[in-house]
Amino acid sequence: MSFHPNDVIRRGRAASVIVSGVLIFLLSAFFRAQVIRNQESLLQSEENRLRQIPTAAPRGRILDRNNKPIAENVVGYSVALLAQREDTLRSTLDRLKTAINLTPRQYQDAIRRFHRDPTRPTVIIQDASLDVVSVLEEHHMDFPSLIIQSAPKRIYPNGTAVGALVGYIGEISEGQLTNLASAGYKPGQLIGQRGLEKQYEQELRGREGVQFVEVDAKNRIVSTGRARDAITPEEGPPLYTNIDLDLQEYIHSLFGDSLAAGAIAMNPKTGEVLALYSSPSIDPNRFVGGVPASYYDSIRTDPRQPEYNKVTQATQPPGSTFKLATSVMGLEDSLITFDSHMPQACNGFYYFGNRPWRCWRKEGHGSLSLAGAIAQSCDVYFYQLGLKLSLSRLVAGGVGLGFDRKSGIDLPEENKPRFPTSVPDYFNQKYGPRNWTPEAVSLNMAIGQGENAQTVVNMARFYSALATDGTEPTPMIKKGTPKLSKRITLAPEQIAQLRKAMMGVVSEGGTAAGAAIKGVKVAGKTGTAQTMRNDKNGKPLYWAWFAGMAPADDPQIVVVVMVPNVTFEGATSAGFATKIIAHYLHTQIANTIENTG
Amino acid sequence: MPVTRRINVDLPLVIVACALTLYGLAIVFSAGQTDVKTVAQGAYRLQAIWTCVGILGAFAVSRASVRLIEWMTLPAYGLTILLLVALLAGFGSGAGTATSTSGWLTIAGHRLGQPAELAKLTVVLMLARVLSQNRIAPKSMIELWKPLVVAGLPLLLIMAQGDLGTSIVFVGIFFAMLFWAGVEWQLLVLLASPVISLMLGFDSRIWGAWFLTVLALVLWYKPFLGEALAIIALNVIMGVLGPLLWEHLKPYRQNRLKVFLDPNVDPRGSGYHVIQSRVAIGSGGWFGRGYLHGPQKRLAFLPEQYTDFIFAVVGEELGFIGVMVALALFLFLFLRVIRISERANDSFSSLVAFGLLASWFTHALENIGMTLGLMPITGIPLPFFSYGGSFMLACWLSVGVLARISSEGRGGMVGALKV
Repeated sequence: MSFHPNDVIRRGRAASVIVSGVLIFLLSAFFRAQVIRNQESLLQSEENRLRQIPTAAPRGRILDRNNKPIAENVVGYSVALLAQREDTLRSTLDRLKTAINLTPRQYQDAIRRFHRDPTRPTVIIQDASLDVVSVLEEHHMDFPSLIIQSAPKRIYPNGTAVGALVGYIGEISEGQLTNLASAGYKPGQLIGQRGLEKQYEQELRGREGVQFVEVDAKNRIVSTGRARDAITPEEGPPLYTNIDLDLQEYIHSLFGDSLAAGAIAMNPKTGEVLALYSSPSIDPNRFVGGVPASYYDSIRTDPRQPEYNKVTQATQPPGSTFKLATSVMGLEDSLITFDSHMPQACNGFYYFGNRPWRCWRKEGHGSLSLAGAIAQSCDVYFYQLGLKLSLSRLVAGGVGLGFDRKSGIDLPEENKPRFPTSVPDYFNQKYGPRNWTPEAVSLNMAIGQGENAQTVVNMARFYSALATDGTEPTPMIKKGTPKLSKRITLAPEQIAQLRKAMMGVVSEGGTAAGAAIKGVKVAGKTGTAQTMRNDKNGKPLYWAWFAGMAPADDPQIVVVVMVPNVTFEGATSAGFATKIIAHYLHTQIANTIENTG
Repeated sequence: MPVTRRINVDLPLVIVACALTLYGLAIVFSAGQTDVKTVAQGAYRLQAIWTCVGILGAFAVSRASVRLIEWMTLPAYGLTILLLVALLAGFGSGAGTATSTSGWLTIAGHRLGQPAELAKLTVVLMLARVLSQNRIAPKSMIELWKPLVVAGLPLLLIMAQGDLGTSIVFVGIFFAMLFWAGVEWQLLVLLASPVISLMLGFDSRIWGAWFLTVLALVLWYKPFLGEALAIIALNVIMGVLGPLLWEHLKPYRQNRLKVFLDPNVDPRGSGYHVIQSRVAIGSGGWFGRGYLHGPQKRLAFLPEQYTDFIFAVVGEELGFIGVMVALALFLFLFLRVIRISERANDSFSSLVAFGLLASWFTHALENIGMTLGLMPITGIPLPFFSYGGSFMLACWLSVGVLARISSEGRGGMVGALKV
């Protein structure tokens, strides 16, 4: 043992230096961690304890032209869960199942949403009933990571009446999440899936708010108030539309849900869409908070395709309603006047090539002027007019009148009509160069059959041009400045004469004489296009059209009605249309009296 | 010579120990204040009781002469070995960060204490006794067989319980006391070289460099030929054995070492403690987030906040200033104990004092270093801070021994007080 005092002092000094050195080293390490890298850790610490709970923004209301709500919001409840890992999520869901009724689909959806964004509270029930909420509040201590929030819930006061128009909202899909990534959408959010809700999604959605809660290491929510100031959600601005909810409801009551049909009413001067109805209708209220599988299946399997919009999506031959387009072309080219008779009078047939082309009236119409041919919808007259015009003129004229394009209505579901755009390439491709003759095609096209399939809304656009001086508006559901363009290059008087001829349709001797309504001068045209199918009794099925307007001298409203796959003819559709017109005009007059009186 | 019961009290030692204890108690109290209450909430009360017991014990010990302590050394050491063997014989159970080990003496389900805490004290005493018997400092390894056995036996027994961490303390005590006994540093390095070879064995280039250093040291220090060959052979064997041994480590231990190198390999598992502890300390800044108000602690992100990771609470709530104060108190304590060792009346006392210093120092370095990730995670507590009855008792008994040694020491102590 070496304990000479000098040795001890030497070793003591060495020990002091080592001990001091180590502690100074530790101190400098703390300085580095606490002072130099303080911000990083502070951030991490805040990240540990704070969770952002998004608060859904109320969607903007959708209002009709009189500010009556088409879509608005009420208070609902959503249930979400804060989970760190999938296994904790699963175990909590398993325990939740014992307290409330949780469908396997809700379970799977929750897992999927969690995978998509684990940092966001996983939505479990989008629209929880008060019963579920009260049960969960009771068990709140058992589920400390559960977030029950009051969330705005969408309602449509006239659900089935506006279904095809307003569309519906639903949870954002995986595909939409990917496509709309830049727009800041998050899993579990609701987004417009069809109709106006989809068309004006960006305006209606509003801005999501954030609430901060403090959680502990086990993800239990410890406090909600003191964490950090919340950001309140911003409601989307209201969407003002041109829709007349009263008229919309009237049309709904007219058709009910037993009949598949499409109907549109618009102001021909401005393009304001007053009503747009497609039946069978869907109830958008059923889609809020996740559509029940049974309801969705019933929609999917219905052969009348409720989700298929009969106004903007369904295309079918316009039939005789197209004869006005043929007439316009004849008048534009000065091939005929209103008093012109065709060389061959109608005796029920027109012989061309080596076969007879039938008129719809077997006994024939005799010799008719243009006005008479329109009123009685004489096929033989228009066969001959078609031949006079020639196929290339019919096609070019149709393109010029906009039959090959969408109407441009502000709905996301509009389909493009079918109409040839070139002669003879279009037909060569379609039939093969040797299998068609321009004349035979012309005969068909002149009466609105053959290679021509139009949407209801596109026919409404064309008839609006007939209701004015040839200027046509773009159909618009949202309020705004009208978009107008000159479509028919006839003199206004000539167009007025066309309307006069169309009044003959809804008068004594016209094809829709039965649809006449006392006191209202309705101009219009029926169309009965053959589907080439029969019903189970062997009766032929038609697309029954009517396109009309009133009052004939200065039309305020254009209505187009189309009923597909029915045994009745255009005249029946005319009955619906004139009722719609009458209802609208009566209400207008009543309102005017009320306002002036 | 008149027998007097009055002794000189080393006031600075007692004051700094009291300051550390009060500081520690305040932090144990704060550590219990979490939003969702746990057992830690009431820990400060038990800790206070144990502190009182410890101070009473210290007072009693300070009344006993160093000779009495020296006389008791052998039986105490024997008892320690017996208890450690008993743990292995099935009276052990685990707790805290070390639930998989069996450090607690348990009879009929009652935890009586941790014999390893006792061992830290008795090994110091026994080593002091063995080393003080030599007239001149050991110059060869053969002469070191006694201290090797004294420290090695409990070390192996504790390692056999599965407590790798505590064994580090014995290594610290062993080398520090040999140093204090005057063993040349070259010999100490040579002695440690096989263990270092074991740790460096994973990389053949680093190990190669170390091996050359060992060879150079052998040539310089010129030990006996047999010892030189033995050291070289052991280094080679350990270097080869290292990687093999690694594969036989239990996965949790492998993880702890891997995580030490990079906590982010397992942020939710083994790395979680270090990551959260660093976040807690780092977020403290200069002045901390306020006593009782540290969010990491309050919301239970900081694990073992009242035992092993208690220093992270200091860092989070009192900031760099709080850390500086704590480290300054520890430095003052350590320098004071070095001074006591220097001035001790005889070699036994001097070695005991230095051994106790080594024990505290190893604890503090390992525990505080661990909270920042500078040291691997072990279940070693922080003296005067970490919650734990036997450890607080052991710390204060050590203060008592040191006070006695100080009062028997040479020269007038600055600040000494007759009572």
